[in-house]
Amino acid sequence: MSSTATASSETKPAEHLSPFKEFWFFFKQNKGALVGLIIILLFSFIALFAPIIAPHDPAQIFEGALRLTPGEDPRFLLGTDDVGRDLLSRLLYGARVSLGIGFLVVIFSTFFGSILGLISGYFGGKIDQTIMRFMDILMAMPSILLAIVVVSILGPNLFNAIVAVSIVSIPAFTRLVRASVLAEKKKQYVLASASFGASHFRQMVINIFPNCMAPLIVQGSLGFSNGILDAAALGFLGLGAQPPTAEWGTMLADARQFIETSPILVTLPGLCILVVVLGFNLLGDGLRDALDPRMKK
Amino acid sequence: MIKFLIKKLMVLIPTLIGISIISFGLIRMVPGDPVLLLLGERGSTPEQYKEMQQKLGLDRPYYQQYLSFVGNAVIGDLGTSTQSKQPVLKEFFDRFPATFELGVVALIFATLFGVPAGIIAAVKRNSFWDYSIMGTSLVGYSMPIFWWGLILILIFSVNLGITPVSGRISVLYEIPSITGLMLIDTLFSDEGIPAFIDALSHLALPALAMGTIPLAVIARMTRSSMLEVLGEDYMRTAKAKGLDRKRIILVHGLRNALIPVVTVIALMFGSIITGAILTETIFSWPGIGKWMVASVSQRDYPVIQGGILIIASFIVVLNTLVDVLYAVINPKMRDQI
Repeated sequence: MSSTATASSETKPAEHLSPFKEFWFFFKQNKGALVGLIIILLFSFIALFAPIIAPHDPAQIFEGALRLTPGEDPRFLLGTDDVGRDLLSRLLYGARVSLGIGFLVVIFSTFFGSILGLISGYFGGKIDQTIMRFMDILMAMPSILLAIVVVSILGPNLFNAIVAVSIVSIPAFTRLVRASVLAEKKKQYVLASASFGASHFRQMVINIFPNCMAPLIVQGSLGFSNGILDAAALGFLGLGAQPPTAEWGTMLADARQFIETSPILVTLPGLCILVVVLGFNLLGDGLRDALDPRMKK
Repeated sequence: MIKFLIKKLMVLIPTLIGISIISFGLIRMVPGDPVLLLLGERGSTPEQYKEMQQKLGLDRPYYQQYLSFVGNAVIGDLGTSTQSKQPVLKEFFDRFPATFELGVVALIFATLFGVPAGIIAAVKRNSFWDYSIMGTSLVGYSMPIFWWGLILILIFSVNLGITPVSGRISVLYEIPSITGLMLIDTLFSDEGIPAFIDALSHLALPALAMGTIPLAVIARMTRSSMLEVLGEDYMRTAKAKGLDRKRIILVHGLRNALIPVVTVIALMFGSIITGAILTETIFSWPGIGKWMVASVSQRDYPVIQGGILIIASFIVVLNTLVDVLYAVINPKMRDQI
């Protein structure tokens, strides 16, 4: 059976649940996945409303308030960084940057990965071989290394880091969609549609693609965590977001030299990265269990 | 088997060609004139420019440039670093042992802890142990290792003062390089055991940081592979024969469960380069990863180009080798390609 995550308005016999309800039934049994979902909702809320929640502007420098420890000054709940900016505000705005990066990376890599996977799986033959060989080459390059090289060509900034990480993420999506297409295209409904003279475009996008969604959603969640992790690593190496952007990886790199005197400046940004990445991995595991028919026993 | 080998080679060769095209095209995608880049923006006469262009072969058509690039690469000539003026290949091999040593120790650590953790989780399925091991391994899997390395420094070096912060060995010791692997070279040197312990204490934190993600992957992999094997008929037969439970799990079960795990560990040697880039930067470990990051910030394009070519080729060849070895062990794999 093919389960999509969207609720269908179709009425079904009483003993059959709608796809969404069925999905939710399996999903909520997985406590880890629920924790992941809560983490993600929490950080999404922070990201959306950062300007309202944050006590200060993340780039505002307070004279004479360098590296205050938490509680030293009631204005700064978690203290200040090495140039006198409010740490809490920067962490909250960091959620905005990191989730934004993850979102763009997933959109980019899903879009291009799906197109390549559809073409590759649907047409097969030489086209398939060419595309997949190219994906093999991309996969042979260590992701961070490839991202570093792309950034070294395009120049270090946040947008280029997103492009680099997206390129690196494409092969995983391509392989996944291709595998699903190969399984789907031999099925009756596709053959029936072909006998009515459906165009290639219609076959690929309207008939086959919706049935490849389940693994794509799972990979999307994992792609989020990879994207956030890789972009933060680039930021840490000085090749991603540039100061004064409040990005967690960049903040870590700035704080590194104060590790002995102000360990909190190092601890908190990394902890934020870990928790968000963990959230998406938990969600991804839960989605896979709930969406993969083979696991439902 | 011969057919399988030929098929594998037919896939390997175009992949290697693709890698060479990418690393060749790379330096030409950089905005700006590579000749000016090498000569420096100012102070180059038109004659110097012409000379440099000829020396680099940039006055010839692209396909000729590519062919000579590949030809040179095959005989081991990857150009010269613009920073150190040393051949790229020599630079690479000077640093390779450091990364290799770190990677091997990290993987040994990951295997020693990951495999038993996975077995325990599988055997005690759905128990407290299973949940804590799997939960911990998911945290490990999500770990930003550039932060994890700093936290390890914070705990073990800053607070406890047990381990050094950076480098491979204290400046106190003068270790002649025989194998390039510090753990072995120290044992052969006059300094002996104290130097070995010093090298080991330098290695501990980076290896721990680098081994964390592989450890998590190995634990998860061992668990799922073990669960699959535990459900097999021969396991039930062994139980019916009245064999000791420990013996069933460790001898009958583990031997079969480990095949996919060993494959994953072998394939990890490639992805460990990613870990090396971040770990070596944090711990000032003089290996390939730190070298690549430095060459990017110095815009040392011959090094970037050569480094990418060697690393990617190494990974592809290694993966093919693992596939072939896997097919030797498991004949069923020969049909699937």
